Amino acid sequence: MFDLIEIKDVEKVYRRDSIEAPVLSGINLMVKDGEFLALMGPSGSGKTTLLNMIAGIDKPTSGQIVVGGTDISKMSESALAKWRSSNIGFIFQFYNLIPVLTAYENVELPLLLTKLSKSERKQHVESALNIVGLSDRMKYYPKQLSGGQEQKVAIARAIVTDPVILIADEPTGDLDKNSAEEIMTLMQRLNTEFKKTIVMVTHDAHTASKARVLRRLEKGDLLPAEAEAA
Amino acid sequence: MKVLKLIIKNTFRHKLRTFLTILGIGVAVMAFGLLRTVVTAFDSGVQSSSADRLVTRDAVTFINPLPLSYLNQMKQVPGVKQITYMNWFGGTYIDQSHFFARYAVDPNTFFSVYPEYEIGRKTLSEFESQPNTCIVGSGLAQRYNFKVGDVITIDGDIYPGTWEFQVAGIYKPEFKSTDAMSMFLNWNYLNEEVKQTFPARADEVGWYVERIGAGANPGEVSRNIDALFANSPAETKTESERQFQQGFLASAGAIISAMDYMSFVIVGIIMLVLANTMIMSARERTREYAVLKAIGFSGRHLIGMIFGESLLVSLLGGVLGIFLTYPVVNSFASFASFLGTQLSVQSITLITASAAVVIVGIAAAVFPIQRAMNTRIADGIRFVG
Ligand SMILES: Nc1ncnc2c1ncn2[C@@H]1O[C@H](COP(=O)(O)OP(=O)(O)OP(=O)(O)O)[C@@H](O)[C@H]1O
Ligand SMILES: [Mg+2]
Repeated sequence: MFDLIEIKDVEKVYRRDSIEAPVLSGINLMVKDGEFLALMGPSGSGKTTLLNMIAGIDKPTSGQIVVGGTDISKMSESALAKWRSSNIGFIFQFYNLIPVLTAYENVELPLLLTKLSKSERKQHVESALNIVGLSDRMKYYPKQLSGGQEQKVAIARAIVTDPVILIADEPTGDLDKNSAEEIMTLMQRLNTEFKKTIVMVTHDAHTASKARVLRRLEKGDLLPAEAEAA
Repeated sequence: MKVLKLIIKNTFRHKLRTFLTILGIGVAVMAFGLLRTVVTAFDSGVQSSSADRLVTRDAVTFINPLPLSYLNQMKQVPGVKQITYMNWFGGTYIDQSHFFARYAVDPNTFFSVYPEYEIGRKTLSEFESQPNTCIVGSGLAQRYNFKVGDVITIDGDIYPGTWEFQVAGIYKPEFKSTDAMSMFLNWNYLNEEVKQTFPARADEVGWYVERIGAGANPGEVSRNIDALFANSPAETKTESERQFQQGFLASAGAIISAMDYMSFVIVGIIMLVLANTMIMSARERTREYAVLKAIGFSGRHLIGMIFGESLLVSLLGGVLGIFLTYPVVNSFASFASFLGTQLSVQSITLITASAAVVIVGIAAAVFPIQRAMNTRIADGIRFVG
């Protein structure tokens, strides 16, 4: 397996006025193609920041992020937008569905940026909703769905363009135990059956245990992989 | 175009808010339309006044009458081709809300000094020979369904009593800007009646109107006329019809300027109403816009969505406002008689209102767009309203 994601000496410093706040210092991380990685760490340790940079919605202060051979830390905003739309699927803690669109329309959104015809889009949307098991909820609006169902719609939206990488920031953070369990089973299936490379941030050890690799962030430093084996 | 559905759904996300915004814009556009209509009507009334006519009135105020005896002296002034005279008749038709202008005019000269009021030869001789007849404007006839032979009853105030006038004919305005809402009655008949009831007020005219020859200098003719009556008990003031009309409307003129000004203040208000709604919406959707950007939607998409929504709301408000303008203008139509013109919604008013609505729609989207564009995706996703 090759390294799909290569993070080399990445530093992130937030500047507000004259105050500099270093968040990540010298991160090196390789994520293999087909891996399911869980990032854990205390609040404020920089998990979301790191995840955002892998997803191409934030840029490192220094260092390189190479995804599938492309250095995304050097790309322009508009090139990045295009790159994200075909390479990255986003799953958020609070689902972030558009409330005025039905489940079907929410899942269809990323496809509006493609050249697919209406009937082709329909095929993709239906198959994505079928994978997450919500074929019977296509016409429902987000507020007519449970939290777990909303997150499944969000996952369908993330996979509908068939991206290589899924980025999930606390995907079960807002769910009860049973729903969380279902979401994690679904994520595992996306990893094994659909060969998605997944990078997931979580607070919860049980959720993290569903991943195949676990790494910890502590005050801006990535702990060595050996450390967490113990 | 694929985001059109999202624009429409976004627009009606908060139905009550959107409805109130559209209603607010509608009412404001209606007020704008009404004010512009009145201002436009006023301007065309002043512009339709003729350049070759002078008006002579009492030097102090046009409410004071002038003696009829001035007529022969004024005829001698070089440059004066023709003279007519008239009185404001006043009175009430039905009630105060049915206002239109009524003048007692000299039947023999009035229509040749005012050729823009077109009537047939037969009608004119009927008006000249039948004392208690009147000529009404085509607009007035249409409004009250007056026909030749109908009797119009006026409750007099300046000339007390109940007056009845038979319609001898209907005049047609020559130009679109010519007043079509007036009633002219026979001055000789009025004077005969006044001789019976108030002899002291007989042989008085409200003002004279002179038509001057092509080569005559209006300023010089005016000075020569006024010189005739200098140091007499009733000194005169002669000026061009345009100046006279503006003076006659001096108080209305101030109101008109205020209206002119107000109409543009209203555009500002529309702008604030819409901008407020758009800014609230954009703030609430900070996270959504960030998510759309993360998914791969570009700045152009967001600009289109926000402009689209803003324009949709402003156009709906504009259409509502324009529809409201018509009935409101009609209910104010009686006011038009003061202005010596017909009050109707002009196409220039519609064009101005539409342009204002489009400009406001675009301008109100600028802040929300700026906000959506400048918010970093990572910050937008963290944003909690
Ligand atoms: N836009 C920003 N400007 C300044 N500081 C920021 C910004 N975004 C994040 N930070 C800071 O960076 C640090 C790391 O934030 P980050 O969100 O990556 O942490 P996290 O590990 O995801 O925390 P949590 O578990 O609470 O989500 C925090 O101290 C945070 O305050
Ligand atoms: Mg976080």
